[in-house]
Amino acid sequence: MSAENQLFSKKNIKLLTDPLNDNNPITVQVLGICSALAITVQLKPAIVMAIAVLFVLVFSNLIISLLRNLIPNRIRIIVQLLVVASLVIIVDQVLKAYAFDVSKQLSVFVGLIITNCIIMGRLEAFALGNKPWAAILDAIGNAAGYGVILIIVAFFRELLGSGKLLGYEILGHKAKTIAESTGLYALGYDNNGFMLLSPMALIVVGVLIWLQRSRNRKLIENS
Amino acid sequence: MNTNSNTYTFIFAIILVTVVAGLLAFTAMSLKPRQMENIRNEKMQSILSSFGVDESRDEAADFFDTYIKKQLALKEDGSVDESVKAFEINLKNEIKKDPSKQRFPIYIAEKDGKTIYIVPLQGNGLWDSIWGYIALDNDENTIIGAVFDHAGETPGLGAEIRESWFENQFIGKKILNTPDVFTENNFVSVKTVKGGAKADDIHGVDAISGGTVTSDKLSEMIFERLERYLPYFANN
Repeated sequence: MSAENQLFSKKNIKLLTDPLNDNNPITVQVLGICSALAITVQLKPAIVMAIAVLFVLVFSNLIISLLRNLIPNRIRIIVQLLVVASLVIIVDQVLKAYAFDVSKQLSVFVGLIITNCIIMGRLEAFALGNKPWAAILDAIGNAAGYGVILIIVAFFRELLGSGKLLGYEILGHKAKTIAESTGLYALGYDNNGFMLLSPMALIVVGVLIWLQRSRNRKLIENS
Repeated sequence: MNTNSNTYTFIFAIILVTVVAGLLAFTAMSLKPRQMENIRNEKMQSILSSFGVDESRDEAADFFDTYIKKQLALKEDGSVDESVKAFEINLKNEIKKDPSKQRFPIYIAEKDGKTIYIVPLQGNGLWDSIWGYIALDNDENTIIGAVFDHAGETPGLGAEIRESWFENQFIGKKILNTPDVFTENNFVSVKTVKGGAKADDIHGVDAISGGTVTSDKLSEMIFERLERYLPYFANN
């Protein structure tokens, strides 16, 4: 068989697609909730965060996987943390130099990537025991599974909370009085300010978990 | 090879830390000049946009030289300290000093034959620093524009201070009760009003709903900073 078939064997494709559904890091493993609450008020930071996590996760998974036979067992967590933290700092520095506007957009969230449990979770559970190529696929799959949920949550929070998407007023313009407003606001619609607060992110994630499990019954735990 | 022995663990840790430290130091040092240039250009861009000159960050330096006629570092009594370059003052560090030792930067621009005074702002928001520039007309009373920025305010709430809907509210507002009287009693500044400022309020703008602390801190910052320039405005 050709090399391509081996690279994208059924088992490897599963690494890529599993985290998008059956093994989603947020809705099934309930990891990375902290950042899902913090940065999903608006769509744009959520997208940038998803890309940044993808980058950091792919490279840290690759590095740890390459080093997996050399890392002393007793200090493996420290080694993982060191790799993740250095990658995050490098990303931060490069963004500041070459993509200043993106760096301003991310600001404090870059640091948050270090504490993202998904990254440490994948390093510990997967990269330490698997070959580099599989580790890369696993990283892409998990970062995508994380990013998708982040973007869905941010979509609803920005839309319902501030009536905008990516900063554009898509429900019409809200003026001080109903008479001066346009679009939905002219009919008396109002934004739900509650959507901007963190608890609502948790509720949106909860609704997503409920929807996913009602469609995919094998995820339901037997109690 | 026994990867669990103490010696191996130590050697591994030392090598890894050295490699990582070297790599990070190299990245930081080699990117530093570009980062500094970005920060300088952004500062120039913000100053320009405070009086309505919106240029891209790369071109900001050229336009800055065209518009900005004077950059002064003021002492507490309003006199000019010639030994300090205003643009190089790091306001964040400067405001921690004793007022008598502080130097207050002011930029004087000329646009369409009018003199414009630009005062840099610096203060604390809810989570982190907030800063900005406020441009005053040549009566040193009417605001012709303001820009704000922040390091870590809550997105969608306090972070809205850098949006144009918020900044544009400041245009046309007055900082003095009676024009041309630059005393502390006559100075009222511009305040953010929770629940919305009245349409005829020349000293108030709408606060951000859900961003009360940031709004209040912003009012505080504008008051504290502008007050320092009263001695200078009184004499010029």
